[in-house]
Amino acid sequence: MPETRTIADLAVEVRSKNAGPFWVTMEVFLRDQAGYELVSFLDAPVIARLYGVDPAGVQIFRVPALNVVKVSFPRPVSQGSLRDRDIHAGQHHVPLARLPITGLRSS
Amino acid sequence: MTEVRILAPTGMLGAGFPPETVTRGLELGADVIAVDGGSTDSGPYYLGSGTAKTAAAAVTQDLRLLLKAAASARIPLIVGSCGTSGTDSGVDWVAGIAREIMAAEGLDLRIAVIYSEQHASDLDLRRIRPLPPAGPLDPATLADCTHIVGMMGHEPIVAALEGGADVVLAGRATDTAIAAAVPLMRGLPPGPAWHAAKIVECGGQCTTNPRAGGVLATIDEHGFTIEPLDPDNTCTPQSVAAHMLYETVNPYSMREPAGTIVVSEAAYSAVDHRRVRVEGSRFEPAEQHTIKLEGARVTGYETMSFTAIRDPHILGQIDTWAALLRKMIGEWVTRALGLGDGDYEFDLRLYGYDAILDGIEPDRSPPKEVGVMLLVRAADQATATAVAKVVNPLMLHLPTPDMDYLPSLAFATSPAETERGAAYEFVLNHAVDVDSPTALFRIHRLEATDA
Repeated sequence: MPETRTIADLAVEVRSKNAGPFWVTMEVFLRDQAGYELVSFLDAPVIARLYGVDPAGVQIFRVPALNVVKVSFPRPVSQGSLRDRDIHAGQHHVPLARLPITGLRSS
Repeated sequence: MTEVRILAPTGMLGAGFPPETVTRGLELGADVIAVDGGSTDSGPYYLGSGTAKTAAAAVTQDLRLLLKAAASARIPLIVGSCGTSGTDSGVDWVAGIAREIMAAEGLDLRIAVIYSEQHASDLDLRRIRPLPPAGPLDPATLADCTHIVGMMGHEPIVAALEGGADVVLAGRATDTAIAAAVPLMRGLPPGPAWHAAKIVECGGQCTTNPRAGGVLATIDEHGFTIEPLDPDNTCTPQSVAAHMLYETVNPYSMREPAGTIVVSEAAYSAVDHRRVRVEGSRFEPAEQHTIKLEGARVTGYETMSFTAIRDPHILGQIDTWAALLRKMIGEWVTRALGLGDGDYEFDLRLYGYDAILDGIEPDRSPPKEVGVMLLVRAADQATATAVAKVVNPLMLHLPTPDMDYLPSLAFATSPAETERGAAYEFVLNHAVDVDSPTALFRIHRLEATDA
């Protein structure tokens, strides 16, 4: 096992997508309840730091029945504009998936 | 007990589906075929230009199978958001394809089209409200839009069906309205009707094998049951519940023109190994009926150029190289063309290094090769292309500061520059209060003599 466990290590799937032209949304599908509880540290300030967005705009939904944490925030770059490098926002889950777990939990 | 069975063959008209899955849906007693023809998901170009993302041949293939299925079973076919963005041109495009197919196949079906395009001058600014995260609407923004569409609910579709249509080709509609229309028209409760419509909006996306074709939802007084059309495919409580997460901001509630779908109390249970029962969905009617507006405007004209680097020496200092390139682009463009910052904009992307995530890229280890994309935007195409051409020698030969010779980098194409034409952006994230859910939409019955 690698030294630092990441969210991806606990998840079946981590994905991101546009939710309309003005929002991005992402979901972490945890393998089990234990993993679901380990990511309880995910909150608006953590997401805001990770994605460089305003914490006030970050919405977090927990779906215990599916062991899912869902994160939505306004798209930082207008869809399809000169500086939009991910038209469907389909690759923006990666910073979340790579987020370490152990360091945050053991302290 | 009243039941309505919705056949959702695919997530998008033109995406394709196995023909036998539609046959299977008819055998299961489908009452309506509903299919989405569009989305904003692929960006503002399609609304801005009023053109479709899908190929005419692919739409023709899907539509032929669906028109023949609808005719043979004598059930309605509903297509929403025709031509990707639901502009009037998109509706006319799909209607033209449908008429060709009907003529070729000898089908006698009554088509109604529903136009959803709005003229800026017809919209009442006092009744337009921003949706988060948008701010108040500047009237100039409306006037700048090349196309504005209103997103219809089920009501105009129901009106077209009650007017005798066999086939409804709708402009911009909510993904759910096309599937909810018939169950609501037949008097089924709105909670199950809307929730089922949301679950089937992407065809097989709510199954364990989304590539195996669409689904059939059976709606009744108490809830709905969903099953895949392919007998070998399965729906599980997890696969169905998880679809409420897909492309939604909030997984528990979704706004429609007439109210809000609330699924926080919904229970998903397995009927057997491949069918799922859902009960407990609610629909909360809104006090004020609202129509969401979508609009796009031209932001300029773009030219793209793409070169690539394999030399490990340059890749070892790719950030330094890119910073130098950015600085020299400004200098060379000013020197050669006399243009300053406000005259053009560019985006320089290092594919293979940090292009996709840019400032939030967590891994900046040295890459093996890098594709360098230059995207230039200016007020006109000639200026954008002139900038890209002036930058061309830099993208061919720029060394790192410590090199005392000129490298030659790997352009991907000749000519290096590709003119992308007009670039667009979505500018409306607003809803307009309306007195009638059908007021902004125009329903036309196509006659056999219409050209």
